[in-house]
Amino acid sequence: MKALHEQSLAELALTLRDKEISAVELAKHFLARGAAHEGLGAYLAVNEEVTLAQAAEADARLAKGDRATLLGVPVAHKDIFVTKDFASTAGSKMLENYRSPFDATVVSRLAAAGMVTLGKLNCDEFAMGSSNENSAYKPVKNPWDTSRIPGGSSGGSAVAVAARLAPAATGTDTGGSIRQPASFCGVTGIKPTYGRASRYGMIAFASSLDQAGPMARSAEDCALMLWAMCGPDPDRDSTSLELLPEDFSKTLGASIECLRIGMPKEFFGEGLAPDVRSAIDGALKEYVKLGAKIVEVSLPRTELAIPVYYIIAPAEASSNLSRFDGVKFGHRAKQYGDLLDMYKKTRAEGFGDEVKRRIMIGTYVLSHGYYDAYYLQAQKIRRMIADDFQNAFKQCDVIAGPVAPTVAWKLGEHGNDPLADYLADIFTLPGSLAGLPGMSIPCGFGAGGMPVGLQLLGNYFAEGKLLNAAHRFQQATDFHLRRPEGF
Amino acid sequence: MALTPQDIARIAHLARLELQSHESERMLAQINGFFDIVERMRAVDTTGIEPLSHPVAAVQDIALRLREDVASEPDNREANQRSAPAVERGLFLVPKVIE
Repeated sequence: MKALHEQSLAELALTLRDKEISAVELAKHFLARGAAHEGLGAYLAVNEEVTLAQAAEADARLAKGDRATLLGVPVAHKDIFVTKDFASTAGSKMLENYRSPFDATVVSRLAAAGMVTLGKLNCDEFAMGSSNENSAYKPVKNPWDTSRIPGGSSGGSAVAVAARLAPAATGTDTGGSIRQPASFCGVTGIKPTYGRASRYGMIAFASSLDQAGPMARSAEDCALMLWAMCGPDPDRDSTSLELLPEDFSKTLGASIECLRIGMPKEFFGEGLAPDVRSAIDGALKEYVKLGAKIVEVSLPRTELAIPVYYIIAPAEASSNLSRFDGVKFGHRAKQYGDLLDMYKKTRAEGFGDEVKRRIMIGTYVLSHGYYDAYYLQAQKIRRMIADDFQNAFKQCDVIAGPVAPTVAWKLGEHGNDPLADYLADIFTLPGSLAGLPGMSIPCGFGAGGMPVGLQLLGNYFAEGKLLNAAHRFQQATDFHLRRPEGF
Repeated sequence: MALTPQDIARIAHLARLELQSHESERMLAQINGFFDIVERMRAVDTTGIEPLSHPVAAVQDIALRLREDVASEPDNREANQRSAPAVERGLFLVPKVIE
């Protein structure tokens, strides 16, 4: 039998159904791997008792002949999703030991599908960051080179999957937080169309951008997870779409003969490191071999996506994070004078530097006299960026390019320069602003033997086509099967 | 346009954040550095462009979803207050606000 941590989600489900192993034994296997590699910093919370109780419940369902596709298969959740049975911190001291009275919709959907929760995964504080160094608890190390960052903000999720500590994980993507860490850790991740997954119980960062998605070792696994995670949630998320869950697995194997792949020329300029460029070029050649056609397209406002995103996201964050005031939940300062002083000291103590910076930027651009010049202007350019994509999709079916300009950098390398992190988000931000589905799939290796991800962007609701293109690539290549030495 | 230390103090007050003086100085430099790249955005001609808030509204009408104004949640006070910093007899405690 193939090692349990090398099996796909479908293989694990079959192993369980064939009674080769129980869900409890499977959960124990992954908990042991998590404990053995604790030094990576991937997990923020585990609770063996809860995990094994969920696994025992799955075993009981299996014994009754329940054939739910993901029944008994373990998963770990980014610590941005609230959970009843594990602390939910959003990587922040503000929510240290916070216990949610309910589960996020994504968490309860996966639980209903029979998935067993292994624990909560480290992330940048309130999902703000590109390196996971903004976690208030501990940094996460990249298993391909532990002196490097895993990417962010879903860094714990990417590392858990890459180091085989979990067969799959949930992540969230606001400006690239699924795709970029997937790229840096050599795993597969998909951010669906904005509104396909419910945001209920996802601790809010920027509500018009936040989307949940799966991170796993293949497009095939992501298809299964995405199908289980998504669906309308009309009473609990005002922006969730009335789209019924689609069986994305059904179309995975479809031919991609004559698929038109758009290559945005702005993604291949000076800023792109040569090692990443060469891996991406190799991937595009592979697609040509598979029968796809490469066409050049233009996304002329790619560079503008940086200031537009870093106005809109902090503006929404400053509003969302105003709820952390030391009254109803979370941290409260020990010593304070009046109510105002209590608010100010509580927030000064509870939030980290990057979160404070974004709250400050957001508060400023929404303040009297600046709203039109910054926030409204950014929302207008956001529409122009979305229109640019619609123009590009007249000439192509999917868009392909790099996820990030470089491979994962060294821990501490960007030091005290938040702008360096912002600029590195350039290729993921345009798709986020437009609310389009996007993926990262492993497509090669660059400097220092670090993984490189190919970004695939589709039109609205075209997740099936993206997963199909990704799966065909993974049928022809083995980058997604490689694993870091020692894991 | 560059922010001044007074601007930082005013914004921090609006954001209900107490900043130490070394934090304010660093924040001033970093935020001004950031606004250098924002200037490019301000120069874009957006005459006649509608702002986009729900991204899918770029391709289809998105109606604001409303629901009936009826209580749908059960009383869950105990669980909801479990993580509150200070609670007494089911009420959240705050410093005295009315003399």
